[in-house]
Amino acid sequence: MDIETIVKKLNLKVRSASDRLKNNVTGGYTGDLLSDVMANSHEGDIWITRQVHQNIVAIATLKEHAGIILVNSCEPATDTLEKAVKENVPIMVSNLPAFELTGKIYNLLAEKK
Amino acid sequence: MKIKVCATETENSLYKNSFYIEGGNFSDAGTVSTRIKSILKNIGLPNDIVRKSAIICYESEINIVSYARRGKINLTVTPKTVEIEVVDEGPGIPDIELAMQQGYSTANQQIREMGFGAGMGLHNIKSYSDIFNISSEVAKGTFLKMIINTQ
Amino acid sequence: MKLREVKEILKADVIVGKESLDMEVKTAFGADLMSDVLAFAKAGSLLLTGLATNQVIRIANVLDIAAIILVRGKKPLAETIDLAKKLQIPILTTKYILFETAGRLYAEGIVGCLEKVEN
Repeated sequence: MDIETIVKKLNLKVRSASDRLKNNVTGGYTGDLLSDVMANSHEGDIWITRQVHQNIVAIATLKEHAGIILVNSCEPATDTLEKAVKENVPIMVSNLPAFELTGKIYNLLAEKK
Repeated sequence: MKIKVCATETENSLYKNSFYIEGGNFSDAGTVSTRIKSILKNIGLPNDIVRKSAIICYESEINIVSYARRGKINLTVTPKTVEIEVVDEGPGIPDIELAMQQGYSTANQQIREMGFGAGMGLHNIKSYSDIFNISSEVAKGTFLKMIINTQ
Repeated sequence: MKLREVKEILKADVIVGKESLDMEVKTAFGADLMSDVLAFAKAGSLLLTGLATNQVIRIANVLDIAAIILVRGKKPLAETIDLAKKLQIPILTTKYILFETAGRLYAEGIVGCLEKVEN
């Protein structure tokens, strides 16, 4: 499933790299501890977090995540957004809390399998 | 936001006590809030008031442990309010407006890996209070006063 | 749903609160940031987190959280388990990551403890 499908179905706001929405999402990772995400997430994951710090872009790039979704209507910090544009990492924003958003994406990915 | 100076002595307080908190002691952080919660519960206040007060105390306690050398929480329960004063000895806050902004934090990596320091604390305290007042002096400390209406 | 069913869905182990497995739960909140938990989690919800510190127990107590579900196979230290026993907060631990834990519970009908957050 590509990011665009998730964006449309869950009404996400795209904040960066709108030309990368064809990125394939193969799984998901929900977490706010950067060291945990760095250690345990996988390539192709859509990362669900409420961290808005610029380090999230570096982690998403290193781990080759499909993209980042910020929950609770959290907006990326200015330097985070600049970095995401430069590194071409898609950042989306949802007004849902992490539990609900994760549940919905989990179901979308499960349907697809 | 300013509040009037309350002459608490003239009001008949149902409960009044001070609780002392040591800076830097993360394993005991929250002990005071747990105690305050059970005190408020025993007084017979409604659950949502107890919860709000406990959250305010907890965030304040974490702030003291994270940033100050030591501090205390003065708790006063009157027939109509719960008043929480938080006084610390520490670095103080140079720019209160900035510190009140959601997402602003000076927390170090250790604090962040424990799940704090996301720049939400003061904002949470304010949003759970009916009246919120903050003042600070750099290199001296910070003073918070929160009032929760119980009626 | 009963906490017992949550345990089965997540193939979880009960660390504290074997006597609480008949408790009814309907809602959940998932986060590793304790300030978010304090801002948004509601009384009676499950708290899903990857942090197994004393602070998680204290916060659960402050907020009247129904039970803590530790993800990624996290196990608290003995001191933290004692605190949870003292404050009577059930703790379950599952090997699933938070994404899988939230996904499975949501698929079985547990909903978020708040619908959305508007700024």
